[in-house]
Amino acid sequence: MMQFMLLFSRQGKLRLQKWYVAHPDKLKKKITRELITTVLARKPKMCSFLEWKDVKVVYKRYASLYFCCAMEQEDNELLTLELIHRYVELLDKYFGSVCELDIIFNFEKAYFILDELVLGGELQETSKKNVLKAIAAQDLLQEDLNDGLLH
Amino acid sequence: MPAVRGDGMRGLAVFISDIRNCKSKEAEIKRINKELANIRSKFKGDKTLDGYQKKKYVCKLLFIFLLGHDIDFGHMEAVNLLSSNKYSEKQIGYLFISVLVNTNSDLIKLIIQSIKNDLQSRNPIHVNLALQCIANIGSKDMAEAFGTEIPKLLVSGDTMDVVKQSAALCLLRLFRKSPEIIPGGEWTSRIIHLLNDPHMGVVTAATSLIDALVKKNPDEYKGCVTLAVARLSRIVTASYTDLQDYTYYFVPAPWLSVKLLRLLQNYTPPSEEPGVRGRLSECLETIFNKAQEPPKSKKVQHSNAKNAVLFEAISLIIHNDSEPNLLVRACNQLGQFLSNRETNLRYLALESMCHLATSEFSHEAVKKHQEIVILSMKMEKDVSVRQQAVDLLYAMCDKTNAEEIVQEMLAYLETADYSIREEMVLKVAILAEKYATDFTWYVDVILNLIRIAGDYVSEEVWYRVIQIVINRDEVQAYAAKTVFEALQAPTCHENMVKVGGYILGEFGNLIAGDTRSSPQVQFELLHSKYHLCSVATRALLLSTYIKLVNLFPEIKNRVQEVFKADSNLRSADVELQQRASEYLQLSIVASTDVLATVLEEMPAFPERESSILAVLKKKKPGRIPDDVRESKSPLPTVAPTAILNSTNNTNSSSADLLGLSTPPGSAAPTTGNGLLDVLGDLYTSTKISPSTVQQNNIKKFLFKNNGVLFENELIQIGVKSEFRQNLGRIGLFYGNKTQFPIQNVHPELHWTDLHKLNVQMKPMEPILEAGAQIQQMLTAECIEDFTDVPSMSVSFIYNNVPQKITMKLPLTLNKFFEPTEMNGESFFARWKNLGGEQQRAQKIFKAQGPIDLTGTRTKLAGFGMQLLDGIDPNPDNFVCAGIVHTKMQQVGCLMRLEPNKQAQMYRLTIRSSKESVSQEICNLLADQF
Repeated sequence: MMQFMLLFSRQGKLRLQKWYVAHPDKLKKKITRELITTVLARKPKMCSFLEWKDVKVVYKRYASLYFCCAMEQEDNELLTLELIHRYVELLDKYFGSVCELDIIFNFEKAYFILDELVLGGELQETSKKNVLKAIAAQDLLQEDLNDGLLH
Repeated sequence: MPAVRGDGMRGLAVFISDIRNCKSKEAEIKRINKELANIRSKFKGDKTLDGYQKKKYVCKLLFIFLLGHDIDFGHMEAVNLLSSNKYSEKQIGYLFISVLVNTNSDLIKLIIQSIKNDLQSRNPIHVNLALQCIANIGSKDMAEAFGTEIPKLLVSGDTMDVVKQSAALCLLRLFRKSPEIIPGGEWTSRIIHLLNDPHMGVVTAATSLIDALVKKNPDEYKGCVTLAVARLSRIVTASYTDLQDYTYYFVPAPWLSVKLLRLLQNYTPPSEEPGVRGRLSECLETIFNKAQEPPKSKKVQHSNAKNAVLFEAISLIIHNDSEPNLLVRACNQLGQFLSNRETNLRYLALESMCHLATSEFSHEAVKKHQEIVILSMKMEKDVSVRQQAVDLLYAMCDKTNAEEIVQEMLAYLETADYSIREEMVLKVAILAEKYATDFTWYVDVILNLIRIAGDYVSEEVWYRVIQIVINRDEVQAYAAKTVFEALQAPTCHENMVKVGGYILGEFGNLIAGDTRSSPQVQFELLHSKYHLCSVATRALLLSTYIKLVNLFPEIKNRVQEVFKADSNLRSADVELQQRASEYLQLSIVASTDVLATVLEEMPAFPERESSILAVLKKKKPGRIPDDVRESKSPLPTVAPTAILNSTNNTNSSSADLLGLSTPPGSAAPTTGNGLLDVLGDLYTSTKISPSTVQQNNIKKFLFKNNGVLFENELIQIGVKSEFRQNLGRIGLFYGNKTQFPIQNVHPELHWTDLHKLNVQMKPMEPILEAGAQIQQMLTAECIEDFTDVPSMSVSFIYNNVPQKITMKLPLTLNKFFEPTEMNGESFFARWKNLGGEQQRAQKIFKAQGPIDLTGTRTKLAGFGMQLLDGIDPNPDNFVCAGIVHTKMQQVGCLMRLEPNKQAQMYRLTIRSSKESVSQEICNLLADQF
């Protein structure tokens, strides 16, 4: 099960955080701070997995953004890496060549897409098509209602 | 500013831009505070905000939170959004709640109500939103509120697939919060059959749920094995076009495959159904075959997904540990990865091989890769990969390669990363001990360890080398010589001084014949280090010096000078001062005979599991493979009596090993004729024996593990027992006190809580010869907390007359306690947490005699819990903490005993997380003081 996912920039700025385990805010902040420092200190060719406290951290950098998942011991590292990749693909498809700015300005969308992919720390839907379909249906619902308001 | 999709919130985008344009941290904070004030006034203002505005402000708060600021308002507005009939507002409301509301919020009732409404909605998108919220923040309250609805949603025929997926994971979340929510009976089979669902997304979500259910109740869900194997088989044989969008970079459904392989690791290989087993083997073979095929894509995603499935398959093979062919094949496959150019693969291959090394089928195959693993340890650029290599070397080590591996690890230690040194030291120390055929080699290794990485050598390591040297005559002279040589280095680590001091004090005489290491030289060498050492080491050296006086009377005067030196005799440190003055006195007053008795060579230490191993296990719980190959490379056999002798020492082995905390000298009274008192104490303490017990008084064994269990004029039955975690070994010693044999000795066990406590008795000789003693071993395993104490009846024939004795065994629940240290703060926090009616037990009882606090203290110390001093504000009160280990669970337990001297009463309170445990511990202790 995934315990949490963090997206942060090369400068160490947090862009998205999703927690699937309940921790007090203080602890979350501490974990976030420490983990960001640890990951940023690693060199490019290093392995994408690290044993960190009692979790297994899997991370990957896409352009200026780091995607970082904390998993439990028994979880599959390589597939977590691909889960990150799938998420990036979804963002990319939705925003059309996603960049860090898209995620900053539309962070709520980034959350909604993540919720379709991973739920309660477990993988929900791996099909790219199905996730995009669900998001499109949500957007449609919004636009319909907006139209209704305007008229 | 990039284009905003959907219904953009302009105000939000402007705010985000503003923040991004801030030139400094201060400017950013200023802007945020301004915005917070604005939102606060809007929320408090008289004007009612419309949904859009609420949504916008709530979104801004979310963004501010993301920037790392605390948000302490806006929750109510977010909850209001939940009941909006506009989807986008509702959705933001739910987002805010899942990011910012914790489960014990006052608002939870309102939230639950909104979720209820949305679950009723006809629009599946609304239903999903509600389900997602539960899956993200689900609590016990929610489990209560939705416990009946969600299972129905999951298995009902007319639920849409997307809703089913969310429902499965939602149920999983609630199950983790309160396991009783899953209905049993026919539901079990309906849930299992989700594995057959035509929709792959539903199967993926359901497999996670089933995996959790299986972990809780493997038998009930056993049916899932067949279905999982069938599903897996369909996936691995599918061509990548079959599964359409569930194929990921030419790999068919990698996530589902991995989940299914994971699910199967909850069971032993399906042996009763050969068909299923065969099919599973075929799947695994296919996965291996595919791994060998040329890649269908050069993309890393392709190889990652393919290898993810492969690694999970290997995990399953290791878990099953039953198919030698597959295990060896796995090993060869991983061997290829060891030289792959992807760091990730090398890391995982080392990790996985570590598990393979513990299987007897593949251990040899792993050893073939030793060379490359050693290279990995030395050459990898990433410390986490080097760490894996070290772990693997440790796991693959056995008698045949120990010398080489230890040598390589020692060599690497000189340049190893600081972060892994301490652990490496422990590993080297363990391997050297475990596989030593020649203990001179062992001594060399440990001294090298201290030389190379002295700072990382923990106490356990040097205690252990001394233990071993003392117990093995054949290495003592060698150890003395080697340590003497090591000390000659101009700078040597303090740990070396400690070991040197101890060993020369005991065995310096063995090398004194050589003029190069004459008594004088030995002493001066040690003393040359004295002034550079810490107080603890100096104290140890002082003990060494008095031992040297005993070994070599010719240096007595020189040693006395040292004791007399102001820096010792008048040392500011009380321990040094005391030792110096007592040892000085001892050297003056005592005759050679007395001195020889007091400072006799240390007796052999009881054999026991290396305390170093315990430290390593603690450092890396779950990562140190238990030695499953023990049968192949047995540890030095340990006589059962030796284990019994170590009773009570085992827990505190590291602390009292060398008796540093109570050195021989400091135990002596400092006043009057010290020496005689020392000896007096020594002699009386050996005479104390509880042989006056006439009947089987089980109550006193509550506080101790050894003693006489039963005695009459014919027979004496003694007991020695030791407990660790939820296991115990009880040795019974039957002694025949008469001049004639006792025949047909037949012991029998009786107890009712068979399923709570498992006791096994080893067979024993039926004849007890005159004056002889025989022993019998019993093992006990605590499954669950119990109240019924097993009794044993022993029937035998003496002088043709049948006899029968019945006695209770000293096997009470408290024996499975592990003492727990904690400070006052955490004690009271736990004490408060365990305040429920179901958790407390209390008794008030009359003192058995005049209240004797020291006596009570001694008793409690033997009860098994940790006595915690300085926690209770009233110094007369006793508080203790401990963990009861049972196979089913561990139960934390706190105790408070309050004596009332006026009333001659005690009040005893027990709190634990389990009612029956509180009750039983309370019953055991009541009326004992």
